[in-house]
Amino acid sequence: MIELSDVRKVFNVGRPNEFVAVRGISLSIEAGKATFLTGPSGSGKTTLLALIGCMARPTSGRIWLQGRETTSLPERFLTDLRRRTFGFIFQQLNLIRGLSSLENAMLPAYPTGEARRSIRKRAVELFEMFGLTPKIHARAEWLSGGEAQRLTIVRALMNDPSVIIADEPTAHLDTALTLDFLDVLGRLKREGRTILVAGHDPLVSESPVVDRVVSLRDGMIEGGGG
Amino acid sequence: MSRWIERQRNILDLTLSSLLRRKRKNSALFAAYTLVVFLLASVMFMSQALKREAAAILAGSPEMIVQKISAGRHDLIAADAAARLGELPGVQEARPRLWGYYYDPVTGANFTLVSSGEAGLAPGRIAVGEGVSRMRLASVGDSIEFKAHDGSLLELEVGEILSRGSALVSSDLVLVTEADFRRLFGTPAGLATDIVLRVRNARELPTIALKAAEIFPETRQVLRDDLLRTYQAVFDWRGGLLVIILGGGLLAFVIFAWDKATGLSAEARREIGILKAVGWETSDVILMKSWEGMAVSLTAFLGGVLLAYAHVFLTSGILFEPVLKGWAVLYPSFRLVPFIDFSQLASLFLLTVLPYTVATVIPTWRAATVDPDQVMR
Amino acid sequence: MRRSSVFLFYLALNIVLVGLMLVHASHRRARLAGDVREMTALAERFGLTDLCLFTEANYTRHPTQADFHTPFLDGPLALDHFPSGSMIVAPAHLRKPHEPMDRTAEKHP
Repeated sequence: MIELSDVRKVFNVGRPNEFVAVRGISLSIEAGKATFLTGPSGSGKTTLLALIGCMARPTSGRIWLQGRETTSLPERFLTDLRRRTFGFIFQQLNLIRGLSSLENAMLPAYPTGEARRSIRKRAVELFEMFGLTPKIHARAEWLSGGEAQRLTIVRALMNDPSVIIADEPTAHLDTALTLDFLDVLGRLKREGRTILVAGHDPLVSESPVVDRVVSLRDGMIEGGGG
Repeated sequence: MSRWIERQRNILDLTLSSLLRRKRKNSALFAAYTLVVFLLASVMFMSQALKREAAAILAGSPEMIVQKISAGRHDLIAADAAARLGELPGVQEARPRLWGYYYDPVTGANFTLVSSGEAGLAPGRIAVGEGVSRMRLASVGDSIEFKAHDGSLLELEVGEILSRGSALVSSDLVLVTEADFRRLFGTPAGLATDIVLRVRNARELPTIALKAAEIFPETRQVLRDDLLRTYQAVFDWRGGLLVIILGGGLLAFVIFAWDKATGLSAEARREIGILKAVGWETSDVILMKSWEGMAVSLTAFLGGVLLAYAHVFLTSGILFEPVLKGWAVLYPSFRLVPFIDFSQLASLFLLTVLPYTVATVIPTWRAATVDPDQVMR
Repeated sequence: MRRSSVFLFYLALNIVLVGLMLVHASHRRARLAGDVREMTALAERFGLTDLCLFTEANYTRHPTQADFHTPFLDGPLALDHFPSGSMIVAPAHLRKPHEPMDRTAEKHP
């Protein structure tokens, strides 16, 4: 589904604070499965997720998405591809304060030119699915931790992505909420989506939902490629 | 096409949500913007209307006025100079004019007295402008007492009040017979205030003026063109006190908008990052900011122009009245004829809408082009 | 109702009002044409040369007839003390009084 070939990412190239986040990673992500990226801070997990999710370009190396190379695509096509293929769940939630939950969820679909009514319908259905219906008009900053988490999942699902990318999604959640989250992941997998999660949480890495664990250290995969 | 429209509307929805989130600040900005446009447009409308009316009215003024100057001051001229001037080739008619100012101690107002010269007024009767009638509370049939040059009182009866529609040129006029004029001011017979000439062919004017200057070297000649040019300059809003006041207002507004638009707050930067992270392109973010700039500036501009029009043409520029009135006691009550100069409105549009929209978009440019992965850190 | 709809409606309303404004202007112009004609006739009949706007002083009431020294008749150092004086730009024919005649004089010496 997703192929990486000798991908490198260097920040601040040529400057004194030059930093190599990812050194030559080659990886193959299987469709419809849940892959967990683990490793200490600074091991390049977040950067790798960003590269896979077409959020940043590698300094060298190539990435294929469903057989199509993404590294040489111009920004416009890349963004369009990203919007259609990936749904992101961030560590810091990243909800816009002052806007309602519904509007926060609908944001990703705004620039596509889809009629507002149909966007709204889809969002409301997802809200229903995740038990957030009573909070539709609540402002994003009023939601509880768990509700906010579910809202970001709804937002990630708005464009019906085939790949879900989550960066440390359970870092601020208690056990109960983490298990809820894993349930959701399981459901998404059953729907045929590919899951990519990065983090430290053993509850996640050892969960039966996760099909494969990849360990990173110092920008490389421990124990060789795959 | 409908996709494009939907995209605009969706983004506009978000823009309006953001603007409404900081209601107070944005309302103040909107009010300031509208006010600046209102002032500038009011001045433009008023000056343009007055210029056009002046040009239309003064088309009826005499082609040349000959004034005697003595020791640098305007002096009375011999009335028979008119006969001499009337003989000049090209001169249709030359007649002496009697006019002057009367300070009315009762009201503190200055009236302009003009001798009607021809038949139409009975002796002891006057025709007054609406301003005079208003100041003296005099209607037809009432008498007004004038203090003559020798201290005696002259009572004149109001035979006619000049129409309100002609106030712009006649408001302070008092039309008297020649005899009453001389009685009032003591102007000796044989002397006049100046001589007015009617010339058929405007191209002969400079020649005639030159000849008049030769015959009467102590005179100066005022041509109709001079009259028209004077009023074009008087109401030119680009000159004088007005430019300072308006420039100050515009500058204050520019500073205000600049302060608002530059220096993107951390919150705003974060929001742009989030938008990019959830799939918005740089161009989508720029579009949103453009809409933000345009939403405020378009509505403020249109609102300001509409209010300015109502101000100038429905209330006769009531806010400017104290400024125009100055220390005068008598101020005409007139209705301006609406003339709208589109090129000036277009300049105003470009001067206000464009810089504001640009000032809103430019600061976000850098934030909008950032790689979305920044938001993941 | 949707926010953008409200806004676009308001914008459209403003544009319509501007249209009405233009119609009103042309209507007014037609209606006041008679007044303008009357004023032109008065100017013709009585040889009027100025609009009655600034009745404070003689040189503000009749700026076209005033000469350069009129504002300073009280004395050479007297400052222009009527507010309208600061708004009125000195008539062009005072700043260059004999320009048109000088030009023709050059042509017909």
